[in-house]
Amino acid sequence: MGEVILEMKQIDKSFPGVHALDHVDFNVRRGEVHALMGENGAGKSTLMKVLTGIYKKDSGSIIYEGKETEFHNAKEAQDAGVIIVHQELNMVGDLTVAQNIFLGREPRKGLGIDDKKMIKDSRELFDHLKIEIDPMEKMSDLTVGKQQMCEIAKAISHDAKVIIFDEPSAALTEKEIEDLFIIIRDLKKRQLGIVYISHRMDEIKQITDRVTVMRDGTYIGTLMTKESTKDEIINMMVGRIIYEDPKQQSACPPDAPIVLKVENLNAGKMVKNVSFELRKGEILGFSGLMGAGRTETARALFGADPKQSGTIYINGEKVDIKSPQDAVKYGIGYLSEDRKRYGVVVGRSVAENTTMACLDNYLKGFLINKRAEKNVSDEYIKRLATKTPNSEELVMNLSGGNQQKVVIAKWLARDCDILIFDEPTRGIDVGAKNEIYKLMNQLVSEGKSIIMISSEMTEILRMSDRIVVMCEGEIKGEIDISEATSENIMDKATRNIS
Amino acid sequence: MNKKSKFRNLLSSQEFIVFIILILLYVGFSVLNPQFARYKTLVTMFDYACFYMLMAFGVGLTLITGGVDLSIGTGLVAYAAIGGTVIRSFEMPVIVGMLVTLLVAVIFGFINGVLVGAMNLPPFLATLCTSMIARGVGSLATNNYATPWPMASQPGGWFHNIFKIQTEAGTLIPIGFIWVIVLMIVMRYVLNSTRFGRYVISIGSNKEATMLSGVNVKYYHVMVYVVCGLFVGAAALAYAAATPTIQPGQGAGMEMDAIGGAIVGGGISFRRIRNNSWDFYWNLCHPGAESWFAVYWSECELATDYYRPCTAGRCID
Repeated sequence: MGEVILEMKQIDKSFPGVHALDHVDFNVRRGEVHALMGENGAGKSTLMKVLTGIYKKDSGSIIYEGKETEFHNAKEAQDAGVIIVHQELNMVGDLTVAQNIFLGREPRKGLGIDDKKMIKDSRELFDHLKIEIDPMEKMSDLTVGKQQMCEIAKAISHDAKVIIFDEPSAALTEKEIEDLFIIIRDLKKRQLGIVYISHRMDEIKQITDRVTVMRDGTYIGTLMTKESTKDEIINMMVGRIIYEDPKQQSACPPDAPIVLKVENLNAGKMVKNVSFELRKGEILGFSGLMGAGRTETARALFGADPKQSGTIYINGEKVDIKSPQDAVKYGIGYLSEDRKRYGVVVGRSVAENTTMACLDNYLKGFLINKRAEKNVSDEYIKRLATKTPNSEELVMNLSGGNQQKVVIAKWLARDCDILIFDEPTRGIDVGAKNEIYKLMNQLVSEGKSIIMISSEMTEILRMSDRIVVMCEGEIKGEIDISEATSENIMDKATRNIS
Repeated sequence: MNKKSKFRNLLSSQEFIVFIILILLYVGFSVLNPQFARYKTLVTMFDYACFYMLMAFGVGLTLITGGVDLSIGTGLVAYAAIGGTVIRSFEMPVIVGMLVTLLVAVIFGFINGVLVGAMNLPPFLATLCTSMIARGVGSLATNNYATPWPMASQPGGWFHNIFKIQTEAGTLIPIGFIWVIVLMIVMRYVLNSTRFGRYVISIGSNKEATMLSGVNVKYYHVMVYVVCGLFVGAAALAYAAATPTIQPGQGAGMEMDAIGGAIVGGGISFRRIRNNSWDFYWNLCHPGAESWFAVYWSECELATDYYRPCTAGRCID
């Protein structure tokens, strides 16, 4: 680790009614990966926004390369070499990779753009980083992982000295994360200062040198990663101890009745001859790499996408599910991996979202019975401990974990017995994650059945009673939780990928 | 929120500013051309406002779902022309003509709905095509002749009384705006307190999530265009009552006045429509008014010369 390249001292920032940052200290050295951790709302993003000039600090100082600096906007920070790689990728899908990397600073040739130079430079950049991407390819044709690599390449082409990764792994598969880490280690060797924001503990242990923890806008402390334990860090983050031990044994009795049976389901290219059973009170984990066809299976089962063939039995009865309406009628609820797009109507209130799937129950003649609607949504706010000022609040103003609770409330209000959780805790912080887990356990103990699709191994091992592993649209195996290890799951998930 | 800040919000709201501009425009025009300030001009304006606002109601719904209906302009004229032909050429009672007008409007709305809601065509394209078809159908049905509906004094002229009544002293009272206000209140409830309204807004806000909640999105999406058609049908009746003859093939561009009115007059961006429909229909008060000014802006000179004979003619009738 080299000398300190960037130091933030006593940064203070208030918004109306919120003290977002309370005299926070943070520094980055050359050639280190410094993790910035904390629950959602702890102030990590605000701190980084203050650094890159998106927010103006109230007090404190930023010392960059030995000089006191203040960036007034993201462009200034970028020009000085401080760059954020955002969680949500800022790429233009219809342009090529090279066009994206040089967007806004295209090399000129006469009146036009020097395409050849742009492609050549991109290629050099990728060679330099040892990434294999064709600069001529359209951005939207790349996987999320590759797109992220492009974003990093773009950052480096700006002659970055400090790169901030804001939850880079949220949308990546395990393999892509490995690739990302190779690049990060390479950047480290070149004496760049790297800030790594993530919720995933195992990544922090793998890649970072130091960890700084924030909680409720205050600086809690900085540890050397090697000398600290996972529990220690989590403890600092949430101020309490959380156990993430894998489940030892199935909580579902083996003779529990089968509530859902899927036979030879085929849909599109991503679902091939999928058959499985779900028991009452069971959490069935669907594991696999991204693109293994798990979401596609769920969507086909739910009637959201057309299926070519396959039979579905619910409580032993053969049913025909052609659309989500049918699925909902049979008591299936689907919680999408992309909550904002498929889960909630963010521009509407908590109450309206709660009754979205069962509005018929709240009609009084032609009119909606708003009082009953408010009552039921208040009831679920209480039961699920949703953090919202009231049921009138727009869903867009809630945090990810609370939005997820609104979706759960929607299906519970509809009285669904089979719930499909697709990546239930994506983008949700550790504390809220545990609440969602607790809720899921509570639901199955009440006799609901859950299909849980998850790309996080710890989540699969912690929550599932039984695990189905998918790879390239097929089910590659079924493992009881008592025999499951991350090794035998990964083995099945990657079996025919060479 | 205390009273004062509420009041200040009202003053600085776009709707209020538009309202003030409206009054200033009226005063301005009256000063520029004293003819404008006459009662007859006001009556004519209400006539026009009535069908523009009915169109804006309908197209407003499609705007809320994130779509648009471009067929309402030529459609309105075509439906009125077809209705007129039924009365004139087939010698049917007026009521039949009115029902036919509404029915044709609903059929066209349904076609739009199927194209957009069920077949997922881009609303702009689909309804642009329907708009051209409507123009053609209108011309075909009337054999391309100008088609008058019965005058107020003729048999069957009673339908004028729906939109405008004459007192014994001979004063015309444009009661059409009463229906508009009633409809405004009704639609406000429809949007905010009925299943239909709730789903329409949800579709506009997040169609996928609404579909995945088990809502029959296709049905409601089609219905939006059907209801839009119904409103345009009603507007066609108001149009027939306001204009001496229906000239088939006309009407292109009227949809823009209605759409422009719904957006600008309401002071609403698309985003706000979807997120805050509460006062959408209150805001629609303006577009109609705005639209007549749009009309009068360009035709101010003509207004007194051209429209006067019509109104005057009807007065004599």
